[in-house]
Amino acid sequence: MSPRPPQIDENPEGVDLPLEPLPGHASRGRLERVLRRGEFAVTAELNPPDSANAQDVYERAAIFDGWVDGINAVDASGANCHMSSMGICALLTRMGYATIMQIACRDRNRIAIQGDVLGAAAMGVSNIMCLTGDGVQAGDQPGAKPVFDLDCMSLLETVRTMRDEEKFLSGRRLTTPPAVFLGAAINPFAPPCDFRPQRLAKKIAAGAQFVQSQYCYDVPMLREYMKRVRDMGLDEKCFILVGVGPLASAKTARWIRTNVPGVHIPDAVIARLEGAENQKEEGKRLCIDIINEVKEIEGVSGVHVMAYRQEEFVAEIVHDSGVLKGRRPWKREPGLDDALVAERLDHILHDNPSERPVEMVKDASETSVDTN
Amino acid sequence: MTGNDSTKTTTVTQATLVKKTRERLAYRPADVSPLRRVQRRYTMRRWSVRHARFLEWVYARFSSLFLALHPFWNAVGYARAEKPVKFVERQVKGLMFDCRMCGQCILSSTGMSCPMNCPKQLRNGPCGGVRANGHCEVEPDMPCVWVKAWEGAQAMRNGDAILDVQKPVDQSLRESSAWLRVTARAAQERENAAGSSAA
Repeated sequence: MSPRPPQIDENPEGVDLPLEPLPGHASRGRLERVLRRGEFAVTAELNPPDSANAQDVYERAAIFDGWVDGINAVDASGANCHMSSMGICALLTRMGYATIMQIACRDRNRIAIQGDVLGAAAMGVSNIMCLTGDGVQAGDQPGAKPVFDLDCMSLLETVRTMRDEEKFLSGRRLTTPPAVFLGAAINPFAPPCDFRPQRLAKKIAAGAQFVQSQYCYDVPMLREYMKRVRDMGLDEKCFILVGVGPLASAKTARWIRTNVPGVHIPDAVIARLEGAENQKEEGKRLCIDIINEVKEIEGVSGVHVMAYRQEEFVAEIVHDSGVLKGRRPWKREPGLDDALVAERLDHILHDNPSERPVEMVKDASETSVDTN
Repeated sequence: MTGNDSTKTTTVTQATLVKKTRERLAYRPADVSPLRRVQRRYTMRRWSVRHARFLEWVYARFSSLFLALHPFWNAVGYARAEKPVKFVERQVKGLMFDCRMCGQCILSSTGMSCPMNCPKQLRNGPCGGVRANGHCEVEPDMPCVWVKAWEGAQAMRNGDAILDVQKPVDQSLRESSAWLRVTARAAQERENAAGSSAA
């Protein structure tokens, strides 16, 4: 068998080994590598299941196989209760997917969040996205207590402190800091428009290394925003991924516009959907058109496809818009503790061990006698 | 794919769920939101934001007056002065800014618009949910605190302070006087500076 040619983004020592962080990189993840190489990145959002079945998560992630560089595990987006981002990340990292764990400040205080950051990094999550989160009034349980102990900015700063200064907010030392690539959200489409680029600068100062934007349906507005961002030189300090997504129909578009906070959909978009024969098809076309316009804007490093309940279209959208330029993102990446897990599985499957305490003690005493 | 299709036919969409909850919660008595419940009857915080530059000037004079009174505070004892000063501070700032007594005032960095009035209590706002008319995502009738803050900061001489990243709120300082804390800290710094220059 001829040896495989060396490939990009794999450990030269062996495909099954985890990647070593490159100099200047914050994480071991592939998303950071792709972005820093200057390639156009594609990320997608996983629709979290309302179930306790791991299979649901695997099925929903399998749709993105080989089409995206990172999968966002949302943290109760829109304040609607679903499987937690922590849980989804635990399942997906086990399967070797590159996940972007979202943390919203709405539900947990700083103690819980810092603990989760450590746990996530230990599981192999290499990208963490810090959000403020929608208000509880937007979701299905408006009676919940809004926490908002930190805000997105202080959360970014907290995780950055944990990573770079190797300590908690309190100053207590960490033995191993979480090696994560830090993300944040931007919304160029909400007032006050002249403050929005400044706010991005604040987020970068707080530690953001990549940002994903809110749904973009108004490209001229984004151009205006990006122009100001370039003037401030911010596109060189952080990677900007623009959020896009297909609209299922004009009715959905109207519903989103009135009910989902922070989404700006111009009337022209709704008119275009309404005029179409097949609105779902037109929504997808529109999404591809927007991606094609967005990828030409200077300073945009990628797109973030949020196809809520239309995840099966993501592959098609990515393919038809040609943003990957023939590149095939990695499907799976080896995790940090894969060797341990493999050893354990090997033990269970092949060594035929006894798990009964009495026999375990007997085995142990026999082996200790042998060694003596 | 097939598994996904089968779940789609059985599950209800999120939109329907939310709509159903909306109907159940349609009746909302006035002033029941957690934010409104603690709000004062009458405040002039919109006026304060419009006059941010004037208030900035006033505060600069006021803080140096407080610092000049440091020997007096020291004689009385900061702990003993806390109660009456806190009372006055609560009334004055309550009227002018709808103050929530977080004890770590950053009004001069937020265009004289109190960030603790934000339903999400953002110290580094505004969030991405601001409505197109500049109103709050959570309280549709309230102009966004941070949109106002940006307007106030434009008017202020030292408005660029809004670009600083603010630390998270220290909840243990709630319900204490920010005026006295700032004064005590400034006095301490002044003494340290004097001490180091003498040495």
